[in-house]
Amino acid sequence: MIEVKDIHKTFGENEVLKGISSKFLPGKNNLIIGGSGSGKTTLLKCIVGLHDPTKGQVFFDEENFSEMDFEQRVPIRTQIGMLFQNSALFDSMTVEENVMFPLNLFTTQSKAEKLDRANFCLERVNLKGKNKLYPAELSGGMKKRVGIARAISMQPKYLFVDEPNSGLDPKTSILIDDLIAELTEEYNITTVVVTHDMNSVMGIGDHIIFLHNGQKWWEGSNHEIAKTDNKELNDFVFASKFMQAAREKL
Amino acid sequence: MIYSFGKYILLLRLSFRKPEKFTVYWAEVMREMVSVGIGSLGIISIISVFIGAATTIQVAFQLNSPLVPNSIAGSIARDSTILEFSPTISSLVLAGRVGSSIASQIGTMRVTEQIDALEIMGVNAPGYLIAPKIIAGVTMVPLLVIASIALGIFGGWIACGASGDISPSDYIAGVQGGFNGLTVRVAMVKAAVFGFLIASICAYQGFYTSGGALEVGQSATKGVVYSCVMILFADLVITRLML
Repeated sequence: MIEVKDIHKTFGENEVLKGISSKFLPGKNNLIIGGSGSGKTTLLKCIVGLHDPTKGQVFFDEENFSEMDFEQRVPIRTQIGMLFQNSALFDSMTVEENVMFPLNLFTTQSKAEKLDRANFCLERVNLKGKNKLYPAELSGGMKKRVGIARAISMQPKYLFVDEPNSGLDPKTSILIDDLIAELTEEYNITTVVVTHDMNSVMGIGDHIIFLHNGQKWWEGSNHEIAKTDNKELNDFVFASKFMQAAREKL
Repeated sequence: MIYSFGKYILLLRLSFRKPEKFTVYWAEVMREMVSVGIGSLGIISIISVFIGAATTIQVAFQLNSPLVPNSIAGSIARDSTILEFSPTISSLVLAGRVGSSIASQIGTMRVTEQIDALEIMGVNAPGYLIAPKIIAGVTMVPLLVIASIALGIFGGWIACGASGDISPSDYIAGVQGGFNGLTVRVAMVKAAVFGFLIASICAYQGFYTSGGALEVGQSATKGVVYSCVMILFADLVITRLML
């Protein structure tokens, strides 16, 4: 479980996060949603330690991650997998080398074992046989899947996903969402997804927090979101005519 | 400026933290050594031969007097090549070739979140990305300078043969006469320091890039300009201290 307590983050005089608190449970798809500039990615970066919160704390299974130094964070970080918005694959490495990279650094497995694990992860994301390709040779959806394979190669307890659907066609988008949901359930991972894709929200949102102006404006599940009377959330979720029509049918 | 210098020192400190796994870092060091050393050998060879040839012709022209033995042109060309042309000119060229590559490579990794990905995995990103480049710079630039010295002197010999200003045998006699080993020691110290400056300054510029493609280009330019200025400054300091 991941818990954030009263997270504030300020850049210069701009307060981006204004006291966010929430709990993200294992085996659940925890979604952080909100409009552009609402602080979603900043919150995610505070949780994983890419930004230090100005105030507040982050706990990974009751261990205070915010107060740890780099060395102390390493054991937790080896249990974290992250899929970046642009996949962040290492350009100079092949697909296989990308997936094996964390294994090379943090395990004592033999080369054959590492290769087996990489093949397993690539098969899991339906990329069998693509081992020797370079990131530049992959489509956007394939890059995302390699990113997921790399993220799960160390069998993470925590999976963070930043905008998994950006730049993908609707079909690939749903495939990625389904894959994240399957992995979360299969390995009982605590998954935190930052998104503003409504298909993801309605499809996999077990637990959703909605950020507005740097504050937690609403919290609930995808079943509750359709019934809420929160104005800002309704304006965000049901902005399109399609979503408005879908809501009326619910 | 003091703030940037402090950040640079802190980055260097982070770069030489204990590696997560020595074998992975060692492989990176080898890769960088090939990139810096073998990758730069061609350009260094070409400029060294031409500079050696031009220097010899100019020295021969300036010392064209019956009172000065012809062989002295060989001695002056040799010492100029060892002390100044090979270490400094080669390093300025390397700042352009290797430095811009280091800054743009690390800068691109920064703006495409590859450095964030390393940090999330628990990898010491400065150690993994910067330390191998600095080690490669400090070890390979002196080797390139040795090659440059040899090729520069060879270029002078070719120029003697081609121009006929002085005979190749006078040139060789000058190159062999009155050799002082200190000049080579100075050249090696300069080369190692310049290698460190090129790799560390350009890596620093790349590591703290923010923005996009435009900023990556700016970081590469800044890295090359700052390392060239620092090379010339360090050249003066080392020359003053050692000679």
